[in-house]
Amino acid sequence: MNQDNIRNFCIIAHIDHGKSTLADRILELTSSVELREMEDQLLDNMDIERERGITIKARAVRLNYKALDGKDYVFNLIDTPGHVDFNYEVSRSLAACEGAVLVVDASQGIEAQTLANTYLAIEHDLEVLPVVNKIDLPSADPERACNEIENVIGIPAMDAPRISAKTGENVREVLERIITDIPAPKGDPSAPLKALIFDSYYDQYKGVIIYVRIKEGSLKVGDTIRLMATGAEFTTVEIGYMGAKNLVPVGELHAGEVGYIAASIKNITDTRVGDTVTNRDNPCDKPLEGYKKVNSMVYSGIYPADGAKYGDLRDALEKLMLNDASLTFEPETSIALGFGFRCGFLGLLHMEIIQERLEREYNLDLITTAPSVIYKVNLTDGSTVYIDNPTNYPDPAVIASAEEPMVNAHILAPSDFVGNVMELCQDRRGVFKDMKYIDENRVDLHYELPLNEIVYDFFDALKSRTRGYASFDYEMMGYAPSKLVKLDILLNGEVVDALSFIVHADKAYARGRRIAEKLKENIPRQLFEVPIQAAIGGKVIARETVKAMRKDVLAKCYGGDITRKKKLLEKQKEGKKRMRQLGSVEVPQEAFMSVLKLDE
Amino acid sequence: MTGIYIHVPFCKRKCPYCDFYSVEEDKGLMEAYICALKRNFNRYKKEAVICDTIYFGGGTPSLLEPFEIGEILASIKKNFVVTDNAEITIEANPSSLDFEKLKEYRRLGVNRISIGVQSANDSELSALGRLHDFEMAEQSVISAKEAGFDNISCDIMIGTPRQNTENLLDSIRIVSKLPIKHISAYMLKIEEGTMFDCDWVKANVADEETVCEMYEKLVLVLEGNGFYQYELSNFSKPGFESRHNLKYWTGEPYLGFGPGAHSYFNGKRFFVSRDVYEFISSDFQEEIIEDDDPDKAEEYLILSLRLKEGLSFLKYTQLGGDSQRVYNKAEIFEDAGYLVRTEEGISLTTKGFLVSNGIIAELLC
Repeated sequence: MNQDNIRNFCIIAHIDHGKSTLADRILELTSSVELREMEDQLLDNMDIERERGITIKARAVRLNYKALDGKDYVFNLIDTPGHVDFNYEVSRSLAACEGAVLVVDASQGIEAQTLANTYLAIEHDLEVLPVVNKIDLPSADPERACNEIENVIGIPAMDAPRISAKTGENVREVLERIITDIPAPKGDPSAPLKALIFDSYYDQYKGVIIYVRIKEGSLKVGDTIRLMATGAEFTTVEIGYMGAKNLVPVGELHAGEVGYIAASIKNITDTRVGDTVTNRDNPCDKPLEGYKKVNSMVYSGIYPADGAKYGDLRDALEKLMLNDASLTFEPETSIALGFGFRCGFLGLLHMEIIQERLEREYNLDLITTAPSVIYKVNLTDGSTVYIDNPTNYPDPAVIASAEEPMVNAHILAPSDFVGNVMELCQDRRGVFKDMKYIDENRVDLHYELPLNEIVYDFFDALKSRTRGYASFDYEMMGYAPSKLVKLDILLNGEVVDALSFIVHADKAYARGRRIAEKLKENIPRQLFEVPIQAAIGGKVIARETVKAMRKDVLAKCYGGDITRKKKLLEKQKEGKKRMRQLGSVEVPQEAFMSVLKLDE
Repeated sequence: MTGIYIHVPFCKRKCPYCDFYSVEEDKGLMEAYICALKRNFNRYKKEAVICDTIYFGGGTPSLLEPFEIGEILASIKKNFVVTDNAEITIEANPSSLDFEKLKEYRRLGVNRISIGVQSANDSELSALGRLHDFEMAEQSVISAKEAGFDNISCDIMIGTPRQNTENLLDSIRIVSKLPIKHISAYMLKIEEGTMFDCDWVKANVADEETVCEMYEKLVLVLEGNGFYQYELSNFSKPGFESRHNLKYWTGEPYLGFGPGAHSYFNGKRFFVSRDVYEFISSDFQEEIIEDDDPDKAEEYLILSLRLKEGLSFLKYTQLGGDSQRVYNKAEIFEDAGYLVRTEEGISLTTKGFLVSNGIIAELLC
């Protein structure tokens, strides 16, 4: 295949702006999939992806298109996750392309993710082709959307195709513009092999399948490849490209092409996204730029509600990890929750998705501890420790100073809500950087925020303060010194390790009091009074009491009918199973969950 | 020895708080019901079951005419070995009693009567939908005494609409002055599906804390008047405990006849469905097994802790229970004043009786 006839591109968009629908239409128009085989949003094939309208995993598909100029073209469409949690994956997918189709909703205009993804594309020298979607909506204002693209992003947009991916209107124009606007790949086919890994997944028959973009050189079945960052070597068993319905084996892949490699790879951790594939016998001199090992940003303890399901939880996590090298976990023990796992995630969405998949696909009932970021604690002896679990927070006496991770956040919201958004950011210890008007009605607020303030419920709070109109995106920006304290929760005088967390000193009092109140609501009355305390070090800052149960009796046990008595007892025993026994206190699972949602 | 329970499922009118099985009285139905009882007794003839208590419960057993009670008792005596000193109890509603009837019952061998007094306060009685006022109830008790009943019991209810602590204690003082030997005092439980399951009742009954206080004070006042608590809801002069009801709590066998009656016999627990028509049209009542091999130790723990005397570790161990475990588990409840613990056993205090479900669950889990 002549490189001139290849176009490698991705589609970027804010959530719900129609990325997947456009991808579906493109698949249809290139006759890659018969209409009857179309399931809406073909590329997003996980249940969660379809329901939430998000893309979690990168995916790629090769399409054949006969253009109006009469020539046959090969399109490689690489679908990218749009969310900030998966920023690194997005950047690697972008690095596999020459261009990006930027989809903007004609009724919504530019949103936070539109900006973040477009800047990322521009950073990777991609040609950005703006497309204004949803022109069939009554509220569509394509003119305004184009203006915003020009004014805010600064790329020409007046001739952007105006389409409706839903009805198919003008979608063909997008395909033609891909040919004219997005450059063809230019790699030296005779140079040593240099290919970029942009995704991988585990197939139970073939082992790990890696998705690559061949930048230079070529690859054929039987070649021995080396993955330059991990140093792992494998002999290729099968190579090919990704058809719309299945993998299509071919004998060779050449510079400019996108395809897959199967090489009996057992361990997905050998195949890191961003790594460079080369030929062991004729290696390239240096790997592609931009590789980094992704690190977890958010940690949380995940425990089976039923302690006996510990093994099932481990199996499920191992299976998920086969396809998700960014998920990390290690065994953890909690006095309160028993045996579970400390899991590391790229971000909040990633965490939610993993939890949801564990519950849905593996039928597990889980108890999750409050998410924690990684704190940097400088000790008096000059050493530094990183803490991802509040339980391990050092004694205040040996702490010289503490630092917490910060993010650069952009919030796009209608100007009417600026006051509400600022109030929220202020409350979350945000530092105002600047504010730009996108148009006369909408603003882009730039704040620096501590990551720990947004891991709980920031997005929900933002949505409710802006009636759902705000969008939000952020990037990590390193550590900043902070006054941190560890807040402990005590039930009946005993610290409940699973409820401890690290919080800014100024917010400890309010948070402690709220948690104590929430626990009081969620812990049922028992035979003994249960004191609930929130404490920093030895100092109690909030206190509540669950009063002892007074009356729980079946007064009439009449005519020898003891069935009722026994049934009641069975019910009580059943109820106890849903409880966690902490010393003499029984705590229902709901109590653990409730403290994660303090705003409700 | 076995106890015999006869469920008489007829009432003049259903009390709005009651969820025991009963239908409106009907002479024809009652006649057929008595025939069915006799058929069922006959089934046990071959077994020569020795029985020392007979209990007519309901419903309203006092709706049965003396000759009907006589027929039933004669049939029982024909089919079972009834001991000479058998305790024979009838439950009675003050609205369906008169001196002649009482005299006849007594003459037929009934030697214990349990009268549904419920309260000495007429405003409470009318809120309960009772068919009598206190004067009528008091008169029934006096008539029973005059008719030769020495062993009289009265029912009292705690926590009923319009009742406050003062009213209740007044009722207790008045009732315990009557010539009676036994008092059953039940805390009202609003049962789902009864007429009492309504907002008015819920708004007019004392709150939980007050009901607990009522119960605690009632126990003290009754003891002061010579009625000693022997079970969670039962009090008597010494030696006048209900021998029949004690069987329920001490694991002795009993046979129940009539729709809705429960039995514990030959090691099995079973009951008869709540349908008088099915009962009279069947050759024999269908006995629905609820447990054909109950855990004796567990049942003993559940039932014995209803008794003031409590659980004996010796007996619990004999039945296969782990007494040491219970002893250890009981410690925190002893510290909290819910129970008394000795080397011989444990028994609940008044405060403990009020949360006995929770304590039993804890001791068993």
